[in-house]
Amino acid sequence: MALAKRIIPCLDVDKGRVVKGVNFVGIRDAGDPVEVAKRYNEQGADEITFLDITATHEGRETTVHTVEQIAAEVFIPLTVGGGIREIKDIRTMLNAGADKVGINSAAIHRPDFVKEAADRFGSQCIVIAIDAKRVADEADGRPRWEIFTHGGRKPTGINAVEWAIKMVANGAGEVLLTSMDGDGTKAGYDLALTRAISEAVPVPVIASGGVGNLDHMVAGIQEGLADAVLAASIFHFGEYTVPEAKAYMAARGIEVRL
Amino acid sequence: MSSSSVAVVDYGMGNLHSVASALEKVGDGVKVIVTDCPETILGADRVIFPGVGAIRDCMAELKARGLDEVIQEVAAQKPMLGICLGMQALLESSEENGGVECLDILPGAVKFFGNDLHDSAGTRLKVPHMGWNNVAQTIEHPLWAGIANHSRFYFVHSYYVDAPDFVAGTADYGVQVHAALACENVFAVQFHPEKSGEAGLRLLRNFLNWDRPVASFFPVTD
Repeated sequence: MALAKRIIPCLDVDKGRVVKGVNFVGIRDAGDPVEVAKRYNEQGADEITFLDITATHEGRETTVHTVEQIAAEVFIPLTVGGGIREIKDIRTMLNAGADKVGINSAAIHRPDFVKEAADRFGSQCIVIAIDAKRVADEADGRPRWEIFTHGGRKPTGINAVEWAIKMVANGAGEVLLTSMDGDGTKAGYDLALTRAISEAVPVPVIASGGVGNLDHMVAGIQEGLADAVLAASIFHFGEYTVPEAKAYMAARGIEVRL
Repeated sequence: MSSSSVAVVDYGMGNLHSVASALEKVGDGVKVIVTDCPETILGADRVIFPGVGAIRDCMAELKARGLDEVIQEVAAQKPMLGICLGMQALLESSEENGGVECLDILPGAVKFFGNDLHDSAGTRLKVPHMGWNNVAQTIEHPLWAGIANHSRFYFVHSYYVDAPDFVAGTADYGVQVHAALACENVFAVQFHPEKSGEAGLRLLRNFLNWDRPVASFFPVTD
């Protein structure tokens, strides 16, 4: 009897289709987002994250419509990220039925954006999305991770752990942490990074990037101290179902919603 | 039920789309009206008082629209379901925003979880309390009909209700959270039934079918 660790299937959506790449390239089609979201809801997913990777304005309108359709059929929390740059983008997504929005590069360009967003809509719906890569260690030998933008191509020089602390202080209510080293590789979450951030902030942390099997999810929670684990391709392509993942985690002593 | 109506009180505190669409999903033709109009709210058969965000803004928005008195009136007259901040606003006061007087419809207070919250095993607990937690049903009530005791519901909040006189359900999160309150025709929940999957939809359906409060729903407070 305790708060359950959450399992969150992630839909990367481009122009109205679920896709998933490896290290953000090499796209594979994984279906209609509304159908995919319904399937995960029926399987007992605890939440759904929808990442809009569409680049065009027309595509974004499709995204809003898709979010509306999902929210009308799926009665579990829905987070929408990707392209959230202004207050009006947040309002559009919340009005479409999202419960939370993920803010990523817009916060890097303008750190006060998170504060303004949290003041306006409440911390409970503002997720700071952090894409980090491990870089050369600190002088004293401690590992260092930096924030990267542009699909992991562009370093920012910002220390990921310090950034998480700052964004939470600005009002973010949750951290969606993606290891860009791991994303799409199926080699597992970056556990040291996940743990460092989870210990550094008072709010829940979602581990993302690199899940290839169910042991990775268990490790994300038990070693990475994540409050939730996010995965895409292992669910999309039928390697595992959400109930299989939950049963596996429950058998290893993790509290899950069955 | 098909001819009945339910008003969802819209006072600018957060997204009501989810509440409205969940009601439409379970409502079997019930008329769902999202509104800030006092007459419309008072004219509906049932009222849902939702809310997310901060309590100071909540109280200010209610007062600016004259809805504080409307909620008082509704609470005295017809089935009302408070959700999340809508539950907290029903109590006497909240510690949020440096201390805010609330509607004082139910006795009790809203308290901060604190920055040093731990479970009984000593594990640090994150704040906000975000995710699916078990709710122990402490009284029998029509709104719990068909919902297994200890079912999980989705929570997201940093302040919790302490209102021992009218508890209908509890959740453990370092402290005992009064997750549901019941008093005559008022039911209030800290969790989000509109985001709690089947259990949540069942609670909303139960609310739409809840005709009239019965004296025996009063909790045993001994």
